[in-house]
Order: sequence, then structure tokens, then C-alpha cells
Amino acid sequence: MPAPALNAALLSLTGALLLASLLIGPAGIAPGTALLALVQDQGATTLVMREIRLPRALLGVCVGASLGLGGAAMQGYLRNPLAEPGLLGVSSSAALGAVLAIQTGLAAAFAPALPLAALAGAALSGAAILLLAGPRGPSLTLILAGIAISALAGALTSLVLNLSPNPFAATEIVFWMLGSLADRSFSHLWLALPFMAAGALLLLRLGPALDALTLGEDAAATMGVRLLRLRLSVVAGVAAMVGAATAVAGTVGFVGLVVPHLLRPLVGARPSRLLPASALGGAAMVLAADVAVRLILPERDLKLGVLTALVGAPVFLHLIYATRRRLG
Amino acid sequence: MTARAARRIWAWLRASSAALALAAAPVAAAPERVVSMNLCTDQLALMLAAPGQLLSVSALSQDPRSSAMAEAARRLPANHGRAEEVFLMRPDLVLAGSYTTPATRSMLSRLGIRVETLPPAASLDEVRSNLRTVGRLLGREVEAEAMVAEFDADLAALAPAEGERPDAALYQAQGYASGPETLAGEILAAAGFDNAAAAAGVSGGAFLPLEVLVTLAPDLVVSGGRQPGASRAEEVLDHPALRALHRSEAPMGSDWVCGTPHVLAAVERLSGERRALAH
Repeated sequence: MPAPALNAALLSLTGALLLASLLIGPAGIAPGTALLALVQDQGATTLVMREIRLPRALLGVCVGASLGLGGAAMQGYLRNPLAEPGLLGVSSSAALGAVLAIQTGLAAAFAPALPLAALAGAALSGAAILLLAGPRGPSLTLILAGIAISALAGALTSLVLNLSPNPFAATEIVFWMLGSLADRSFSHLWLALPFMAAGALLLLRLGPALDALTLGEDAAATMGVRLLRLRLSVVAGVAAMVGAATAVAGTVGFVGLVVPHLLRPLVGARPSRLLPASALGGAAMVLAADVAVRLILPERDLKLGVLTALVGAPVFLHLIYATRRRLG
Repeated sequence: MTARAARRIWAWLRASSAALALAAAPVAAAPERVVSMNLCTDQLALMLAAPGQLLSVSALSQDPRSSAMAEAARRLPANHGRAEEVFLMRPDLVLAGSYTTPATRSMLSRLGIRVETLPPAASLDEVRSNLRTVGRLLGREVEAEAMVAEFDADLAALAPAEGERPDAALYQAQGYASGPETLAGEILAAAGFDNAAAAAGVSGGAFLPLEVLVTLAPDLVVSGGRQPGASRAEEVLDHPALRALHRSEAPMGSDWVCGTPHVLAAVERLSGERRALAH
């Protein structure tokens, strides 16, 4: 499929889901009234549209784009379709950073400490994964390293939340494990957006280098790709995007796995084309999941990660089956 | 069966089983070594027990954020709801709540200790019945009757004059709203407010989406007090859409938690806010 056609299709899908996200909600506002209230002051309806639904929908776009792009970049660099921030423990380490910032009171004193701490957590685990997996990222090492890091970060997150004097904190382990966009406001969006934008700029520029890398490291080096710099850029970009997304929405798994997997055949397996397509596809997937949680159990705050895992885990199993020879 | 009917039947079953349990157990002599393991039975026992009769209360009742009688509770040693520590106090009566871990309660019963379980009060009327129940268990019926009479007189003195009843919503962490058929809902009604959540079909307690609350546009929003540390559950209370509504200055603090005469303090504060709203 030619690039402009694919991107236009993904963009219109995301647009349609964004509209659905704005129009669907427990308050049951008629679509016409809802859109009018968005542009014109209509009292309580405008408050619902501008302060509750709009930030939630926009945050869904940003979080999804971050996870999709982060997954595509990791897979491009490691040349392994199983690499994904959630599976490799990058997201859960980001969650640990965010939880530490919140529970130490750092985030209350200095708001940007929240995404910064999540970024630090994501960067540390991202660097650890790349070190452990080595340059080619063989599946077995990659997955084992991911399991170990996820388990450690998850356990430490639970520990920190259980130690908190706040009676609600321990119940939030579920949020940090599965993610949700419920009741997020513009303050969360403005907090995360700069980091996501910086990460996106960094990762989207890596397309040509990742294309060259598909020919092997030596070939890429002779084509002028500086491998160390590429590695640092991938870690920094993924950490910024996934860290910021996790800091405000919790850990939403499998988006970075499913979206690049579905889109790869459509872009001729070229990382440079997969990156922007995965960002759009990720946005669409998270928006769809967020609309679904509101339709299925509107008053229970069903977690996003439940739906993405229902779609993602079978894809993951299929990928393991397909690569089982390499797993040895 | 509607949720409301189910709740009625459940409340009736609870009440009648409590009555049966009490009728079956002959209260021969007043117990001399009483240990309470539940925040609400702690406070009822603190109010009613004879000097020296109550040995220990739960640690929770020593925390002023949840207990209206933290100071009095601190004069007694605390227990942490563990069967072992309670058993070692050699009590002849243990007061527990229906949310006290069943394993702990049955363990104490197996060890031969009399355990009495009180359901949490879901209405102002259950404040009266809880006072009487604990009074009977402690052999302090006269004191309990006097306290019920005082409660009734104070409540009558606080009754709002006829007139406009503004809408208020009880909205807590995680978007949990209390409807009219709860203790908090009855406190709100006694202070002269209509319950805004009732319009959204909430009768007991329910999670009410923020956008539904904003659409209801209540005249006043009463929220829970902030807990130490931080949680995402409480972040909804700082949401800009909620901040745009009129917020109560007094949080739902320790006076709201248990069905004791302390609820009157909450009624009084809230009545003051209603009068301020009218002006």
C-alpha cells in the first residue's frame, strides 16, 4: 500500500475514533448538543465536553501514539517483532518511577517530576534491556530479560503502594498494571505532551538509520549509521514517550506489539514507514479501547490494559509460535 | 428484583439475625473484660462502657482522620485485629464489626470467647439501635437509653425549618457517591439538603461518573477529607470540572464514618452551610 494512502486511512480512522470518544459517555449527551457545547458555552454540558471528554480523548491519541511509535522503534532497532515496551518491562519501570515520584511527594511539590521520574525508570530499564539482549536482540534473552525486569518493577511498585499511608494507594496497583484514562484532565495532558513530542521528534528521525540496520550492523555502519548514537536515541526516545504515557495513564500493554505487527506487511517491512504508521495506529487502538471501556462497563472504570491484552496476548502467542525455532 | 428491594431484604435479614443472636445469648452478668476490634464498635463501647470494663480498642480508632473519639481511644491499649493479641488479653466479650475478618472472628469463637458482631449503621435509626445493642451487651441499658434520648433531642433541635432544600452531592475518592439510603445520605437529609445523586438513580452507594455529577450541577458538593500520602483515587477530587462546582468547606471527616451520636456534629456543620447557601 502506498505510504500516503495508508497514512490517510489511519488518520481518518483515528479521527473517527476521536469523534466517537468525544460523543460517547455516561452523561448521555446528544451528539449535536455535545459538539455545539464544545465550541459554544452551554453551562454544565460545556464543562463535561471541554474539561472531561476532550482531555481524555486527546490523551488517548497521545498515549496510543507514544506506545505504537515506541514499539515500532524498539522492534526496528532490535530487529525482533517481540520487542515491545510493555513486554520488556520498560512500561512497568516507568510506572515504578511515577509511583515513587507520587508517593515521595516529589510530584506534588514539582509537577514535572512525575513524567521525569517515569522517564528515568523507562530509560534505566530500556538501557538494561539493550545491554542484556546484546546488539541483535535474540528472542530468548530479550524475553527473559523483559520478564525479570517487569517482575522486579511490578513488585517494587506494589511494595511502594502498600507502604503508603494512604488507604487508597494499595488499590491502585491495578491502575499501574493495566492503565486507564478515566477522569484525566488537561493538566495531565500538558504534563505529558512535551516529553511525548520530544520523544516523537527523536524517534521519527531514526527511520533511515533503522532501514539501513535491516541489512545488518556492518552494512549499516558502512552506510554511515553511528550505532552507539542510534542506540542512545532509541533508548531516549522510547523512554520519553513511554515514560510520559505511563506517568499519566498507567501501563497499557501490547499496543506497541500489535500495531507494528498488523501494519508491517502494509509498509513493506520498512522501519522508516512503519514508525509514523505505528504512531497513528497506536492512537487508533488506544482510542478504540477507551471507547470500549466506556461502552462495556461505563461505571466501573474497566482498565484499558484488559482490552489491549485481550487483543494483544493472542498476537503475542502467535508470534512466539512463529519464532519458536529461533527461541531454541 | 430491584437493587433497592434486595438491599431492603438484606437489611431486614441483617437486623433480624442480629436480633436472633442477641435473643439467643442470655446476658447473665455484665462482661468485665471487653475488647473491641472495629472502629465503630470501639466508639460505641467508649461511650457506654463502665470505667475499667473496656480493655482495648482497635488502632484505627486512635487515628483522628477516621475516629471521632481518637483522644479517648488513645487512653486504652490498641489492638490490630489479630486473633492472637486479642486472645492474650483474656476478654470475656469481643465486639467486632461485620467487616472484621471472618477468619479472626471464628478463630476467637473456637477459642471459647464470646464474639458479638455489629453491622455498620446505614441510617440514623440504626444509630439508636446500635447504641441499644451495645448497651445491652455491656449491661449498660440505662446509659444507652439516656444516650438515645439525648440523641433524639439534639437531632430534633437541629431539624431544618420548612423551606427550600438545596441539592447536594456526597462525592468521594474514586467517584464514589452516597445516595439517600446510607448513613451519610441521612446526615445530608437531616441537614436540610436533597441528595443530588438520587436523580441519577443512586440510592445506596455507587460509583458515579464525574461527567454525570457535573451534568446534575448540585448546589453543593461534599467530599471526603484528604488522606496522607497521595493516591490516584483522590485525584478526581482535584479535577477542574469538579472544581468548577460549589464545594463544601467541611470535608466528610470522622463524624460521618460511624453510626454514633457524633453524626450530629456533621449535621450541624452542614446545616450551617445550607443557611450560608440561602443567603
